[in-house]
Amino acid sequence: MDFLSHLPALQVVVPMLSAPLIILLQPRGLAWAGATAAALASFAIAVALTVAVLGGQTQVYAMGGWPAPYGIELAVDSFSALVLLVVTGAGAGALLAARPSIDQQIEPERQPLFYSAWLLGLAGLAGIVVSADAFNIFVFMEISSLASYVLIAGGPDRRALPAVFKYLIMGTIGATFYLIGVGLIYMMTGTLNLADMEARLGDVTELNPILVAAGFITIGLALKAAVFPLHVWLPNAYTQAPHMITVFLAACATKVAIYVLIRFDYMVFQATLDDHDAQFALFLMPLAILGILVASAVAMFEGHLKRLLATSSVAQIGYILLGASFVSESGLAASAMHIFNHALAKGGLFLAVACLAYHYRDLRLDQLGGAAARMPFTSAALVVCGFSLIGIPGTAGFISKWLLITAALESGPLGWLLVAVILVSSLMAVVYIWRIVETLYFGDSGQGDVTVSEAPYQLLLVTWLVALLNIGFGLFPALPLALANASAALLMGYAG
Amino acid sequence: MKLLELLGYFNYWVFAITLVIGLYAVISKSNLIKKLIGLSIFQSAVFLMYITMDKVEGGTAPIIKAGVEDQIYSNPLPQVLILTAIVVGVSTLALGLAIVVRINERYGTIEEHEILDAD
Repeated sequence: MDFLSHLPALQVVVPMLSAPLIILLQPRGLAWAGATAAALASFAIAVALTVAVLGGQTQVYAMGGWPAPYGIELAVDSFSALVLLVVTGAGAGALLAARPSIDQQIEPERQPLFYSAWLLGLAGLAGIVVSADAFNIFVFMEISSLASYVLIAGGPDRRALPAVFKYLIMGTIGATFYLIGVGLIYMMTGTLNLADMEARLGDVTELNPILVAAGFITIGLALKAAVFPLHVWLPNAYTQAPHMITVFLAACATKVAIYVLIRFDYMVFQATLDDHDAQFALFLMPLAILGILVASAVAMFEGHLKRLLATSSVAQIGYILLGASFVSESGLAASAMHIFNHALAKGGLFLAVACLAYHYRDLRLDQLGGAAARMPFTSAALVVCGFSLIGIPGTAGFISKWLLITAALESGPLGWLLVAVILVSSLMAVVYIWRIVETLYFGDSGQGDVTVSEAPYQLLLVTWLVALLNIGFGLFPALPLALANASAALLMGYAG
Repeated sequence: MKLLELLGYFNYWVFAITLVIGLYAVISKSNLIKKLIGLSIFQSAVFLMYITMDKVEGGTAPIIKAGVEDQIYSNPLPQVLILTAIVVGVSTLALGLAIVVRINERYGTIEEHEILDAD
C-alpha cells in the first residue's frame, strides 16, 4: 500500500491524534504552532485528495482492511472533496490567524486545552465528510458537536453559557433523531453502509419504517444545520463564541450537516421511496424560502454586528437548501457552489469582525462608528467579503447566486417566483451590509477611544487573503465549479 | 389477536413513550438539571430500540464454540453500536452538567427564566 491510498484515513487521524499531543505543549505559543501545523497538514491532505478526485477516482478506504459493507468504509468523492476543502481550509485559516485574538479572549493556562478541543472539532467535521457509514457519521457528528460546545463555552461573556446549553440540548436532540432514523433503516436492511443501504432497500417490501426514518433523519440533520425554524440555537451561539471560533464554525459547521442531509437523502431515499423527490421538495422548499426571507429581514434590524452576520447565516443555509430542494442537477450544483462560496464570504466577514473586536470590545453597531478611519484595511476587507455575501458580480457570491437563479428558472413554471425571492433577499442583504458599511465609514466616531489602530498583522493578513480569495474565485471559479458540477452529477446519478 | 399483536410490540411501545416523556421534560422544565434528566431519558429510549431489534427469537449470545452447530445467535452489532451511543450520551450529559455548574457560578441560578431575566 502506498502512502497516498491512506489519505482518507489520515484526514481524520492527523488532527485527532494531534489533539492530545497539543495539551502536552505547555508554552502556549507552541500549542498554537502545533495546532496550526496539524490543521495545515489536514488542509494539505484535503488538497491532495481533491487532486486525486478530480482525476476521476473516488478515493475509497477500508478501515482495518475489512472490505465494505462489513467493515467501515471511508469514501471521498467530488462532493466530499469540496466540503473537505471548506472544512480544513476554514480550520487552517482560522487557526493561522487565531493567536492574537485567542490571547486576548482565553486565559493562557487554558489555551493548550482550547486548541486541543479545536482540533477535535476539526477531526470530527472531517470525519463526517469522509465517512461512508451511517453510524460512523453519528459518532463523528457528536465528536465535532461536543468539541464545539466546549469551544463556544470558552467565550468570555457569561451569556455564552446559556447559549451553549441551548445548543447542547438542541444538538443532542438532532443527533438522537438521526440515530433513531439510522436504527430504523438498519432494522429493515441490516446494513449501515450508505451505498449498501440503497442496494438493499430495493428488496425491502415494507417501506413505512423507511419513510419514518427519512423523517427522523431529515429533522435531526436540519436541527444540526440550523434550517429555519430549527435555527434558534445559532444566533446566540455564534454571537457569544470566541471570535475565532465563530470564524471556524460559521464557515463550516452547519454546512457539514447540510452535506450529510443532502448525501443521505440522495444516496438512500431518492431512489428507493416513491415520490420522494416531490415530498422532499414540498417539505424543504418552503422552509428554505421562509428561512431566506425571515432571517434576512431580521438581520436588517439587528443592532449587534456578530448577531447580524450570524442571522444572515440562517438565510444562507436557506439558499443551500433551496438549491437542493429542486432535485435537479443544476440545483445541486448551485447548492454545492454556495457551500464553498458562503464559507469564503462569511469566514472573511467574521475574520474582519475579529480584527475589529481586537480593539472594539463592544460590537454593537452604534459603538463602531467611524471605525474605518482607524482600521482602514480591516474595513475594506469587510466590504469586499460583504459584496461577496450580497452577490455582486466579480465576487464568489455572484457565481452561486447566478447558478441558483438559473436552476430556479429551470425548476418549473413557478421558477420566477423563486427568482423574486432570491432577488428580494439579496436586496435585504444589500441593506444589512450597507448598515455595517455606513457605520464603519460614515458613522460618528466622537466618543470612541483614539488609541485604536489596525489589528495585528497576523489577523489582518489572513483576513485579506480570504477577501482576495473571494475575488479570485469570483473571477476564476473553475476549480469549485468543476467539483460542484461533478458532485451534482454524482448525486443525481444515485437518485436517478 | 389484534391485542396480542399490539402487545408483541411491547418494547417499541415503551421506546416511543419513554422518548416522548424525555422530550416533554426537555421542553417543559425550566430547571436546567431537569432538562438534562429529560435529555438522558430521551436518549435511553433510543438505546432500548436498538437493543430490542437485535434479539432473534430463540437466539443466544453470539459466541462461536467448537462442536456447536446450527445454533441461532442474536445480532451482536446493535449492542456494539449502542455501547458507543451510551458513551456519547454520557459525555454529553457530563458536559451539560459542567455547563450547568458554570451557569450557577456566573448567574447564581439554574432556572431558565431567571437566567433570561438576568441578562
